This record gives sequence, C-alpha cells and structure tokens, in this order.
Amino acid sequence: MSLLAVVEPTTSWFLVLSAVLFAIGTVGVLVRRNPLVMFMCIELMLNAVNLSLVTFSRARSDVNGQSAVFFVLVVAAAEVVVGLGIIVSIMRRRTAASADDLSVLKG
Amino acid sequence: MLDLVWLIPALPLAGFLLILLFGRRLGEPLAGVLATLMTASAFAVTVGVYFDLLSRTAEERHHVVTLFSWLPVGGLHVDLAFLADPLSITMALFVTGIGSLIHLYAVGYMHGDPKFSKFFLYLNLFVFSMLMLVLGENLLVTFLGWEGVGACSYFLISFWHTRDSAATAGKKAFVTNRVGDWGMMTAMFMAFASVGTLSYSGINEAAHAGHLAHVTATGIALMLFIGACGKSAQLPLYIWLPDAMEGPTPVSALIHAATMVTSGVFLLTRMAPVLHEAYPWAGTVIASVGAATALFAATIAVAQTDIKKVLAYSTVSQLGFMFLAIGSGAYVAAIFHMVTHAFFKALLFLGSGSVIHGMHHEQDMRRMGALRKVMPITGFTFIIGWLAIAGVPPFAGFWSKDEILLYAFANNRALYAVGIVTALLTAYYMTRQVIMVFYGEARWHDHAEEHGAHGDAHTPHESPWTMTLPLVVLAGLSIVGGALQLPFSHSTKFLEHWLEPVVHEAEADIHATWAYENKWVLLGLAVVIAAAGIAASIAVYAKGKAKPIEPQLLADGWRYDASIAALVGGPGRAAFRGIAAFDAKVVDGAVNGVGAEVRNASGLLRKMQNGLIRSYAAIVGVAVVLVLAWFLVRGVL
Repeated sequence: MSLLAVVEPTTSWFLVLSAVLFAIGTVGVLVRRNPLVMFMCIELMLNAVNLSLVTFSRARSDVNGQSAVFFVLVVAAAEVVVGLGIIVSIMRRRTAASADDLSVLKG
Repeated sequence: MLDLVWLIPALPLAGFLLILLFGRRLGEPLAGVLATLMTASAFAVTVGVYFDLLSRTAEERHHVVTLFSWLPVGGLHVDLAFLADPLSITMALFVTGIGSLIHLYAVGYMHGDPKFSKFFLYLNLFVFSMLMLVLGENLLVTFLGWEGVGACSYFLISFWHTRDSAATAGKKAFVTNRVGDWGMMTAMFMAFASVGTLSYSGINEAAHAGHLAHVTATGIALMLFIGACGKSAQLPLYIWLPDAMEGPTPVSALIHAATMVTSGVFLLTRMAPVLHEAYPWAGTVIASVGAATALFAATIAVAQTDIKKVLAYSTVSQLGFMFLAIGSGAYVAAIFHMVTHAFFKALLFLGSGSVIHGMHHEQDMRRMGALRKVMPITGFTFIIGWLAIAGVPPFAGFWSKDEILLYAFANNRALYAVGIVTALLTAYYMTRQVIMVFYGEARWHDHAEEHGAHGDAHTPHESPWTMTLPLVVLAGLSIVGGALQLPFSHSTKFLEHWLEPVVHEAEADIHATWAYENKWVLLGLAVVIAAAGIAASIAVYAKGKAKPIEPQLLADGWRYDASIAALVGGPGRAAFRGIAAFDAKVVDGAVNGVGAEVRNASGLLRKMQNGLIRSYAAIVGVAVVLVLAWFLVRGVL
C-alpha cells in the first residue's frame, strides 16, 4: 500500500490549504505593484474562500455553503469583466503603470 | 342653496384666474366687465343663500359646508370649510354688493390706465380673499383670507408703484399689518392649545360651556384684539391707513373703508362667546382703545387739506366707534355701524374719487370749491353721504352711531362722553369738507390761470355713468340703511333678531339701565350735537364769522407718525443694527465655527486617503486580523 492510500485527507487539510492560498493572495495584493497581478491575487483570495465554503458544506452536509460558492463565482465573473476593463484601459494610456502611480484620487 | 356657499368665493377666484391667463388679451374694458360680472354673480349667490337662511328657524341658521380635509396633522384637524350663518352672510352680502358697485365704478375710474386689467386682477383676488375671511369655518381659513386681503391691500396701495410715495405706503401697510398678524397667530395658538381645535363652532361651544378658563379667554380675546388693531387701524397701529390713500380711489373705498378694515370687528364678533368669557376689564380695554382712536383720529381729520386724507382719518375714527361698541358688548350695534359705514364711507370715497377724476387728479381741497354746479350728481350724492356720517336723522349713520352711544352710556359714561365729542367733531370736519369742495367760490380757476395757457383743460367735468351709478345706489342705501335696526319697538330691530344666534348671551343686556329708559333723551342729544357741529362748521367756513382754527399740530396728526418714524429710525435702527451684529458675530459665528472645526478635523483625516491602494488593502487586512483577534480573546467564536 502506498503512503497516499493510507493517509485520508481530512477537513483540516482543506482548511489549511484554503488558509495558505488566502495568505498568498493577501501578501500578493500587499506587496505587488502591477495592477494585473494584484487583481489575480484577489481572485486567488476569493477562490480560497470558496474552497473553505465547500469544505464546510461537505463536513456539515449542508448545501448552503455550496450555493454560496455559486454566488461568489458569479460576482467574481462580473468583477473580472469590470475590473479587467478598467485595468486594460489604464494600461493602454500608461503602459508601465504601477498601482502606486494611480493615486489621482488621494485626499 | 346653502350648500352652494362655496360658490361665493369661487366666482371671484375664477375671475382672478381668467384675468391672470387672458388679462392682456381682454384688455379694456372687457377685463373690468368680467371682474364686475364675477363679483355680481357672487352677490347673486349670496342673496340666494341669504333667503335660504332666512326661511329657516333661528336655531337652524348655522350651516357648515366642508370641501375637504385641509391639514390632518396629529391632533390638528383643519378642514377647508365654509360657515353660512347670519353674521358671515351679512358680511358676504355687503362685501359682494358694495364690491360689485366699486368694480363697476373702477371701470370708469381706471379708464386709460396702462395696467387696467392688472387692477381688476388684484381687485378680484381681494374679493376672493375677503370672502374666505368672512365665510371660513375656522380660524385658519379666516387667517388665509386675512393674509390674502393684506397682500392685495399691499399690491393695490402701491399699484402706481413708480411713484415713490405709493411704493413706500404699500410697504408701510404691509409691515404694520405684520405686527397685528402676530397677535392673530398667537390667539390661534392659544385657542388650539387650550381647546384643541381651530373651528369657530368648537371654540365658541367650549367657551359657551365654560370649558375655557377666564384667563385663557382673556388672553385669546386680547391677542385677537391686537390682530384687529393692525387690520382695522386702531391705536397704536393705525398709521398705515392714512398713507394707504396713495392707492387708486376705488381701492380706498373698497379695501380701506368698506370691507378689509372692518375684518377686525368681524373677527371679534365671530368670537363673541370667548370675549364674553374673558375678564370684564378686557372689554374695557377694547372699548377704551376704540374711543381713544375715535377721538384722536377725528381731531386730526379736522385739519387735513387732502380730500382723501380727511376721509381716511374719518374711517379710523368710525372704526374706533365700532370697537367702542364691541368693548361695550354691543355686537349688533358694531355690525350695524359696520354696514351703514360701508354704505356711506364707500359713497364718500367714490364721490371724492369722482371729484379727483373730474379735477384731473387734484386732491387738495383748497383748490376746489363750488363743484356742485359742474358735478351735480357727485355733489348731490356726496351731500347725502355727509348727512349720513354727520348723524343727521333719518340717514343711516344716525341710527347706528346712536345705538353705539346708547350702549356706551349704559356701560361707561366717560367713554360715552368721548364718543359724543367725537360725533361733534365728525359733523364739524365733514361739513368743512363739503363746504370746501362743493360750496363757496370756485378756486380751481386761479389754479388753472397760474398754469397759464392750457387753462381750459382744467375745467372740472362730471364723471361717466359707470361712476355715477354706484354713487346713486350707495346714496340710496345711505338714506334707507338705518331701517335695518330702528329703536322704535322690538319688531323694528331686524338686525338684532337676525344676528341673535351668533352673539346670543354675549350681547350686553341694557334693558334695565337708565340709558335704555331714557334713550329718547340721548337720541335728542345726539341730534343737537350733530346740528351744533354742522352749525359751527358753517359759521367758520361758509359764513366766515370766525377764523378757521387748524393747528399745525393737528394737520401733522399730533406728530404721531413722525415720532414713530423717529423712534424706529433712531433707537429702533440702532437696536436692529445691534441684533444684526449679534446675528453675524454670535449666531453665525457659532455655525461657522462648527463648520471650520469640522473642516480642520477632516483635513487631518484626509491624509489617510493617500491614493495608494496597497496601503488601503493593508489597513483592511490589519483591521480584519484585529477584529478576529478581539473576537477570539472575548471567546465569542
């Protein structure tokens, strides 16, 4: 028997993975300056949350968590449309723009 | 027919709206004809309502027509409702009746004025407001009319607003009336606070049933009286009325003699049960102010030279008589004098307007004289008005003035003495006016010659029929008006029986007094006084047996106006400046200070909005961690 067959993945494993993905996403948003990469990191955070929702849903045999995931996916899709549109139009005007340069609205 | 009472104000309102929309297109004289027809139809409806009311028994002469609920706010329910009862219909009858006559007169008087249709626009709006005032079933509808007539009065006084004095006079009337409106509004607040309603039936029933404390009733009565002082030109607020003569003469006749200025008397009569519940000294205050105003204004009228100013001060004086009656508990006499005064004072004003029109806008009586020969109809009708106001029997003014003096005698003999002196002065100054205008030498020739070449243009002429017809009708009414209430027997007192459901127990009972038993003596004395006044005036002005005594002090109106102007212009202005400075520094300072502080604080907060999206994300992240940590420490999760 191989090692993999012995070790059954438990709920905690998925939650740890979700937390790790979320942390990677958070750090990415905080340290990267390329808007496109920041955007991808936000997607990563969203999907980390999705993963934890699905995990809890399965552990508690409650379908509500899974249906919440569908809402998150839909909102994320809409966000991609709008967010990417904005980012692309910014990139067209100023090719090498970093997020820190886009501070026209500062107080 | 009683349910159609809403039509009475609706018709002039329709006239107002039509002229508002099509006034310029209608032009002269159609706009005037339309306005006259609307007021005349309102009169016809009023007559119908009157006969319907007359056919009922005295107890049933109280009909409320509610159009809709106007202000249903919390505990305050105010309906747009009209009340048809003997008092309101009496008022509506002479407002629409005399109103139509004056409209007709104005068609002739305003001939050729560039703002012809606008004049009738305001005139119809005025009639509408006045009818709302008298027909309203609660204090608020009356107040709506009250403010409406005030606004129309302002528009019409300053109708020729390019003239500086007219514009100023309009403002003066408006501002002075605001002082009175304060009293009226306070009375409304007090009535609502103590009775919980603004409807006349509700307030008067509460007063009748004794639910109103005497002190509250006194407060309401005196506050209403302050309101009445403003609108009806009593001391100390009379100053606007003489200046109001800057308006066109039909306006002076309609608003500043016959109708609007009597609304204070109407209001106090309407609230008679409340006045009855007040402390007795409240009545004494009202009667004293009335008597003082009557005498004060009569002394001023003696020395005036402007034909309209004499009549203006005379109006103030006659209104004083009405308040003397109200204060003495003689509500019927007050209304009686109001009606007869409306007849003969409207007649006198329209007569003076006819003279001014014929003399090409000359108002100085020293430049008139002998006008009865060139203006026979005006002269004849003016003389009837003079006899009526001077108190010569059997003309209308004699009966109503005598009724007031009778009650004044029974109530307070000092006030009666003031009244009889005023009657003497009234006969004196009115005779003086008639002699100066219609008798003696024609002094307009000198005036014309002074101006040289175009002397012919200054020859006075009689006015057109639209102006003389109202004069003749009003002269007829001034002759027979006294028949409303004759003191001969119980059955000849029509007005007293008619108004009984309105004033019932508030009316003073003088049957057991010395005055009532000897009323023929008082009547005789009144005739003697009137004759003495007329004779004195004839001796001075017609025969020239004595030199006219017209002290400058009286011509200046006891310098009352000038003192008020000095008071308001000097210390008053300084006080206003002080208040304005307080407003700018303290009130505005507080508001602006708060604003500046918020601005400074937000300037600090603003620094956080640095535009770096990553720092926002960091703040959100740290905050989430902190919140989670807090929950963990508290053990909620």
